[in-house]
Amino acid sequence: MTETRSGLAGVPLAVTPLTRKDVTSDAEVRWCPGCGDYAILAAFQGVLPTLGIARENTVVISGIGCASRFPYYVDSYGMHSIHGRAPAIATGLAMTRPDLAVFVVTGDGDALSIGGNHLIHALRRNVNITIMLFNNRIYGLTKGQFSPTSEQGKVTKSSPMGSLEVPFNPLSLAIGAEATFVARAVDSDRAGLTEVLTAAAAHRGASFVEIYQNCPIFNDGAYDAVKGRDSDDSLIRLVHGEPIVFAGGTKGVHRDQRTGELSIVDVATVGLDAIEVHDAHRSDPGLAFALSRLTGPGVVRIAPVGIFRDVDTPAYDDLARAQLETAGRPENPQAAMQSLLRGAETWTVL
Amino acid sequence: MTEVRTLDHVVIRFAGDSGDGMQLTGDRFTADTATFGNDIATLPNFPAEIRAPAGTLPGVSSFQLHFADTDISTPGDTPDVLVAMNPAALRVNIGDVPRGALVIVDTADFTERNLARVGYQTNPLTDGTLDDHQLVALDLTALAVASVKDFGLGRKEAARTKNMFALGLLTWLYGRPAEGTEQFLARKFASRPEIRDSNLAAFRAGNAYGETTEVFAVRYEVPPAPMAAGEYRQVNGNTATAYGLMVAAQKAGMPLFLGSYPITPASDILHELSKHKGHGVLTFQAEDEIAGVAAAIGASYGGHLGVTTTSGPGLALKMEAIGLGVMTELPLVVVDVQRAGPSTGLPTKTEQADLLQAMYGRNGESPVVVLAPQSPTDCFDTAVEAARIAVTYRTPVIMLSDGYLANGSEPWQIPDLAEIAPIEPGFATDTNSRNAAGEPRHHPYQRDPETQVRAWAIPGTAGLEHRIGGLEKSDSGMISYDPANHDRMVRLRRAKVEGIARDIPDLVVDDPSGEARLLLLGWGSTYGPVKTAAKAVRAAGYAVAHTHLRHLNPFPRNLGEVLRAYDRVIVPEMNLGQLATMLRATYLVDVHSYDRVRGLPISSSELAADAIATIEELRA
Repeated sequence: MTETRSGLAGVPLAVTPLTRKDVTSDAEVRWCPGCGDYAILAAFQGVLPTLGIARENTVVISGIGCASRFPYYVDSYGMHSIHGRAPAIATGLAMTRPDLAVFVVTGDGDALSIGGNHLIHALRRNVNITIMLFNNRIYGLTKGQFSPTSEQGKVTKSSPMGSLEVPFNPLSLAIGAEATFVARAVDSDRAGLTEVLTAAAAHRGASFVEIYQNCPIFNDGAYDAVKGRDSDDSLIRLVHGEPIVFAGGTKGVHRDQRTGELSIVDVATVGLDAIEVHDAHRSDPGLAFALSRLTGPGVVRIAPVGIFRDVDTPAYDDLARAQLETAGRPENPQAAMQSLLRGAETWTVL
Repeated sequence: MTEVRTLDHVVIRFAGDSGDGMQLTGDRFTADTATFGNDIATLPNFPAEIRAPAGTLPGVSSFQLHFADTDISTPGDTPDVLVAMNPAALRVNIGDVPRGALVIVDTADFTERNLARVGYQTNPLTDGTLDDHQLVALDLTALAVASVKDFGLGRKEAARTKNMFALGLLTWLYGRPAEGTEQFLARKFASRPEIRDSNLAAFRAGNAYGETTEVFAVRYEVPPAPMAAGEYRQVNGNTATAYGLMVAAQKAGMPLFLGSYPITPASDILHELSKHKGHGVLTFQAEDEIAGVAAAIGASYGGHLGVTTTSGPGLALKMEAIGLGVMTELPLVVVDVQRAGPSTGLPTKTEQADLLQAMYGRNGESPVVVLAPQSPTDCFDTAVEAARIAVTYRTPVIMLSDGYLANGSEPWQIPDLAEIAPIEPGFATDTNSRNAAGEPRHHPYQRDPETQVRAWAIPGTAGLEHRIGGLEKSDSGMISYDPANHDRMVRLRRAKVEGIARDIPDLVVDDPSGEARLLLLGWGSTYGPVKTAAKAVRAAGYAVAHTHLRHLNPFPRNLGEVLRAYDRVIVPEMNLGQLATMLRATYLVDVHSYDRVRGLPISSSELAADAIATIEELRA
């Protein structure tokens, strides 16, 4: 692999190392008791100091929804913006300020419903931002309607006879939108979350992290299968360069040579050689996409976590700034501006 | 020897198929006329379809130019000369052309089939239809083709030079200098020598044709207009807007960022700014109108000059984000190049019907500053003013240009940058408060007691980390649901915007005799027609006062006094009385609305007639 530029390159470093306390704001955290957001906030506040960057050069931008209260609790710069638009606001900020590490916090409604357009375009452009999508598969702030990731048939206040909609698979969507970094973590898995967020920040370009987040009020237990004691049988931890196995190494992911489809197999039956080796850096997104499809549209029973895809492609904002450099800055900007105003065809009145 | 007759002003309209290059022809004639020293005003008029079927009525594109030896403000109500390149162009435009006017027609397309296609039963060139006009019917296409026969062009490409032949002919007829167009063609087609040379040949042939034939008994000259000494160029409103934004950014020391989604008739601002990366201008063609304004807010948040450009339907989409700009109190310049609405309306036709949308089209009490330029060149000054107010007062500013200003051009005395005042962003660098524990903090909504302008710290400023957002906040930036705090904040945001009135000039009224009982009050692009109407009213022996608003929110402080000083106030607008509604609501003055929504500038002669009738009525 060629040497890649870090997503944090150009961001000033903290003069003295930061602690979790330094990135914890004065604001009282106001999520419901037991909300998965607490764990995600704690993991993020744990990761930030380890990145080594200056606190004042860190910006968290959110949209609307429970998750979007996040910036108030991080003592950095931050904006709690409007519904769905955080990726677009972050794009303007990232283009103009290469010295900032820009994080976007969003939810399944914010990113995939009202803000779907901005999400896919930020991803395809590969703007150097890190998008954390807290997916609780429900609308929380508006008190419990189905979301674009809710399973079909979901009974909610707005779907008393069951939701009719086919849900989005956020990772499939991101990969389809040409995302260059795609990962997943679970709110309660501090180590996994920390690893993924650290890698996401280090990736130059748009990093997309789906975080399975439990909503104890409106959709409690949505991820029970991938949490707790039985999670070994359902959580597939992806490690680059390693065979994709889980359940204590007894199960693995096999790729059909003809169709390219992935299936879960018993390792003992097929042998370790038949197990697919994870390659997050493969430029073709096919394998990452196939991995994302292991998680079905219904209740989550199987979920790969970790980094699905991490490929090095020029970041949009770097390219935009490079065009300014290519155009060449005038030695005397005032004189150059005056000359522009004069234009090509002038006449003089005496 | 052709007789030369001197005129004080001429209105020429070039009309042809959208593929005939009429806009280019008009642009070049304008440039050469401006260089000659006449005052000019132009009105391009083209269909929304990029290439409507050739030869049809909907496909007609035209360009009207008014040039004179005196100061003029409008492209003219009716043409003195019509150049029609096909039957459709004649059919669409002849109704506007008064008796006696010169009508130059390219006869090449006047076949029975083409005539029938546009609804002519008989040939208007021979059936007496044009008996009251000075008809000059020439096969311009054949003449152009003959002039380029040595360049080996195909039949179609050769015929395409007919617009340059026509331009050459008109250049001769009105004694215009030819160097500008020759240099332009050499530049434009530098990489395609055969196209360059054939266009030059056709242009020169047109000029020579006028000289050598005796088709025209008279040629005309319009002497230069007296203008203030200085260096001039011609500029249209969209270009002037782009330049104004660039200059303002330089004056503020804040790099310019444009987030925009293409929309007629605003796209040319995006195109123009995209050319100036060498001046540090970042342009972002967003996925939609909302992303355009949102990215501009992101750039503003980072301390750059965030701008978004659009037209009416796009402004509707941006409103929620502009509300975020109001709440977060960040600078934001929104340029709305208005077009006829509602909905998609008439995309290429002008209107002024977004005023109330700009004022009130957001949820909640959401005051923004609203400005409108009065002429193409004034787009420059208004853009600078918009940025100045946005940055100084940390507020969204909506600039209401329109399609007529955007595409119309006029001479521009090139501004001296040294004379434009700097803009001071005044970024906060030190904390301004403390938290409950006594630790220093930046409170983003702590305000200047005089102006109510908030303290603004940009990311990267150590020790001033804070959060802002769309939720109501206390001074500290903490979310506040306190009823009294909300009431206070709503009033403070309004007071801040209203207070900007202290920082804008009083309204000046033009009332030379001092005896006027009628005031004509315009805003935006009606300036030219209203001023011309006022002149005509005075020339007819009546006293009339004229004034014009650039600042629509807040209004100049003396506006109420001005309105009450006259027995009658007429407010001409290209809408159904939007400014009139605001004036009535604000000042309880019974202003009279003069409204026209035809997708074209108001006719100054109609307005003058209306004004005279009103004055007579006031006398009686």
